[in-house]
Amino acid sequence: MISVAGVSKRFGSFTAISDISFEVATGEIVGLLGPNGAGKSTTMRILAGVFPPSSGSARVAGHDVVADSLRARAAVGYFPERVSAYQEMTVQSYLHYVGRMKGVRRAGLSVQADAAMRACGVDTVARRIIGSLSKGFRQRVGIAQALIGNPEVLILDEPTAGLDPEQVAEMRDLIRSLKQDRTVVLSTHILTEVEQTCDRVIILHRGRIVAVDTPANLNRRVQRAGRIYVEVTAPVVEAREWLARVGGVVSVSDAPGSRDGNAVLTILTERDRDVREDIARAIAERGWGLRELRSVAFSLEEIFLTLVQGDDDELERGTHGANLDHLSA
Amino acid sequence: MTSWSEGRTVRIWIICRRELQAAFGSVVAYVLFAVFLLLSGYFFYSDLIFMLLMASFTPVIGLWQWVFLDMRLVVLLILPLITMRLFAEEKKLGTIELLWTYPVRDVEIIAGKFLAAVAFFLLMLLPTAIPFALLYAYQPFDVAPLLVAYLGLVLLGVAFISCGLFISSMTENQVVSAMVTYGILVFFWFMTWNEEAANQATLRILLGLSLFDRFFNFTRGVIDTRDVVFFALFTAFFLFLTWQSLASRRWRGVP
Repeated sequence: MISVAGVSKRFGSFTAISDISFEVATGEIVGLLGPNGAGKSTTMRILAGVFPPSSGSARVAGHDVVADSLRARAAVGYFPERVSAYQEMTVQSYLHYVGRMKGVRRAGLSVQADAAMRACGVDTVARRIIGSLSKGFRQRVGIAQALIGNPEVLILDEPTAGLDPEQVAEMRDLIRSLKQDRTVVLSTHILTEVEQTCDRVIILHRGRIVAVDTPANLNRRVQRAGRIYVEVTAPVVEAREWLARVGGVVSVSDAPGSRDGNAVLTILTERDRDVREDIARAIAERGWGLRELRSVAFSLEEIFLTLVQGDDDELERGTHGANLDHLSA
Repeated sequence: MTSWSEGRTVRIWIICRRELQAAFGSVVAYVLFAVFLLLSGYFFYSDLIFMLLMASFTPVIGLWQWVFLDMRLVVLLILPLITMRLFAEEKKLGTIELLWTYPVRDVEIIAGKFLAAVAFFLLMLLPTAIPFALLYAYQPFDVAPLLVAYLGLVLLGVAFISCGLFISSMTENQVVSAMVTYGILVFFWFMTWNEEAANQATLRILLGLSLFDRFFNFTRGVIDTRDVVFFALFTAFFLFLTWQSLASRRWRGVP
């Protein structure tokens, strides 16, 4: 349904994305994951027809996004990162306008607009002025707008950004319900979101694809180590050496705020092994005061670093993960 | 699935209609309308009184000249305020990005917005014919010179609109959009103001480019093909620049 081959995009001397290739099958829901500036929006804008790639080619529903731009655009429903609609229009008249722009025949207009409003839960505000709606509702109107014209492909750029937790959960359900017979590409910089909604994840970092995998595999790959934060009233060097001896601990290092008499340490542990109790016991054994002990999740940035480094490591050893689809080194 | 190919012209019309709805959906359109009609009505009245006192002038032709030279000032004042939001507002809101993802060509977007502004202008011009009609009722006159003057005013306004449309596509700030348009139009208008400041060769070029001098012929009831061609080229030039400005997202990106 979507095929991207060797696509690069440069703005002047700045390279937004570089040699990106991936395929998305019909009915798949794929997440683009990456920190800000990774090239997610640029990739999606090329697919949605906002601008053409500098080099390489992309096809959507069998239509080239450059040579056959209008047909490709007609097959795509797009939700921009900066979602917006004409403030002075009502939800209903706006969706009718969008339908006309997408070439929906007048006869089918009301049916489509009503269906889109119901699907997105904005049928209750159909006659309200868009400018008077809350952020959550406007976000939903943006999704409804993408659904008009029954596109085969949905491109959603950060559909949950700026929503409160409850709205995020609702939006996630909405996206999952849209899947059915559509192909969806969505972007996010929140890892859990991808795990909960996507069949496959494409990880972008500095304009390049770092990994393409299922969320489960990705998680396994990333969780090569556990991490524990510990604060102990003890001499730093002594505490560091003592805790390094605990079984399952890989390394112990100083964390910010560490000083003699109050050691603040970050402990990396072996994967799938919870050594928190062992560490607590070891500290008690020495008679030190345990002030804080907790496991620390890896941030997205660290995961990228892990993935980028992981690629390098594995390349050196020549052992590519069998289930990993390496598209760039 | 819907067909994208149906109704190319329909899409221009849909954009045009949305623009007009947006304009008349806000109070701005009505204020501009009212100010335009009040000013042009007052000019007609005062010019008429002036003409009646100075009976040595040919009342009818001479009157058109005065009235239309005054009206072009009001048009200069009002049109940049109409064109300023055409693209700037969409850029500010971010709706322009969505427009680019619909199966519609840039040319169609430009055509739709341009036609909307032209329609607004013509609508605004329509009531200004009322005083002339009243005058005709009292003292019938040859309407041809009047129609020529109107043609000149329409050509002038359309040229202004294309310039304003281009400037609007360059910025997301409506005030900047209007001010820069004023700057360009006033320059094109008055660049021959001080004939002594330019040497003969330059002056000939400047006279050729001056909107003021081109328009003057029309107010005297004279249609010169070169003037019509000049206004058409002026308009086409700025529409082309607008098209280039929209296309610049390819190498500049989307703000």
